[in-house]
Amino acid sequence: MAYAVHFGVSVLACWLTALVLAGSRWTWRSPRVAILCWQAVGLAVGLSAMGLPIALGLAAYDRPTGSALWALATDLGHGTLPVGVGAIHLGLVGVGFGIGAVLLTTTVRSLHAAVRAQRRHRDLLTLVARRDPTVPGALVLDHPSAAAYCLPGVKPRVVVSAGTLDLLDRAELAAVLTHERAHAQERHDLVLLPFTALCRALPWVRWVHDAHERVALLVEMRADDKARELHAEAPLAGALRRFAAAGTRITPAGTLGMGDRDLDVRVQRLLESGPPPRLIGAAALGVATTLAAIPISLFLS
Amino acid sequence: MTRLGDLERAVMDVLWDSVPATSNGVTVREVADALAGRELAYTTVMTVLDRLAGKGMVQREREGRAWRYRAAASREAHIAQLMLDALDLGGSRDAALVRFARSVTGTEADVLRAALGAEAGGSDTATPAADAGPLTQRVENPTTEPARRVRLADEAADR
Repeated sequence: MAYAVHFGVSVLACWLTALVLAGSRWTWRSPRVAILCWQAVGLAVGLSAMGLPIALGLAAYDRPTGSALWALATDLGHGTLPVGVGAIHLGLVGVGFGIGAVLLTTTVRSLHAAVRAQRRHRDLLTLVARRDPTVPGALVLDHPSAAAYCLPGVKPRVVVSAGTLDLLDRAELAAVLTHERAHAQERHDLVLLPFTALCRALPWVRWVHDAHERVALLVEMRADDKARELHAEAPLAGALRRFAAAGTRITPAGTLGMGDRDLDVRVQRLLESGPPPRLIGAAALGVATTLAAIPISLFLS
Repeated sequence: MTRLGDLERAVMDVLWDSVPATSNGVTVREVADALAGRELAYTTVMTVLDRLAGKGMVQREREGRAWRYRAAASREAHIAQLMLDALDLGGSRDAALVRFARSVTGTEADVLRAALGAEAGGSDTATPAADAGPLTQRVENPTTEPARRVRLADEAADR
């Protein structure tokens, strides 16, 4: 039973950490550390959600989950089950593995869907996008709406629309392109993938969506930081402001509500940036590592 | 861009720019003739058209012993599709695009959707599943006005 309690405590600790992470402002000043923390929390939640029913089912063995599973496998092989391990307990172990299987398959399916959609997008870009001397290395889509994005992959593509070329001046455009290349280089699509998969697996759980949005915003901030290293704050903030001003605030069906608020937050952050909070960052990394280590060590021991 | 991608693009440009919307397609020979400057073998053009058909970019119909090819959707519709993906209005987050920022007014979004809706309404032949399926169904009353304007502009350019 003690091991099930461990897993339970781990889930609770993850939930509390997520609450704190979602509420703190220091994350904006060191987005990379915050992203690592979110990833650790995600990993710990997934493993603990698997481990909790398994540990409950194997309580009779009174051993750490890893060796208890091993013992169960040997017992099942010999066809003899110890006293206190019945159908319910085996069912609980099955539930644990089922959760693991669901998490794994949704991630794989998300990856598969992403690769397919990206290939389709890339094919279309090959046919209709053009190169433009004003934006070397990027593709231009002839459309008056403003958009700038990165199509991730082994050979990433940075794409801007003609509307963006009209909207931004030279320096702003350069900052935006650096921002997009940062997404491509650091594979931010893969950072977001497990969270997208989790949203898909548990579409009715609000905090999963919250976590996804936080990480998405942090990823943007990380790319903003890369752009700011090379081009200073002004052009980047200018580009963000122009994007914010170009879209009207009256949008149908809440399609852009989040996007608009994010833009404001990012501009604000660029203006009032301080040095990254090293102490808090180190402490947060310590907590995150411990969180991830608890379920892993329970499974390995 | 790969050489193959280049060829596909050139072939699509022929289908989009030199084939009137009313015609029922062109043969491989006609495409090869239009690309005479590139000195492509007939079979190369055929292979490229075949690949494009496999991707759902062109539609073909048999006429006698030859296939006649035409673009499955207009260039504008493809751009609209890409922009919907880019602006995260497509309803699917599959492509996992990471965007700097997006900025679109309600009207712009309507125009984008209408460009797709008009396209799908015009041709009821099979489009690939990955295409605009759920999207066009969401457009209940597509304003065909912008799309029609684009077509008129196309035809004017042809003359």
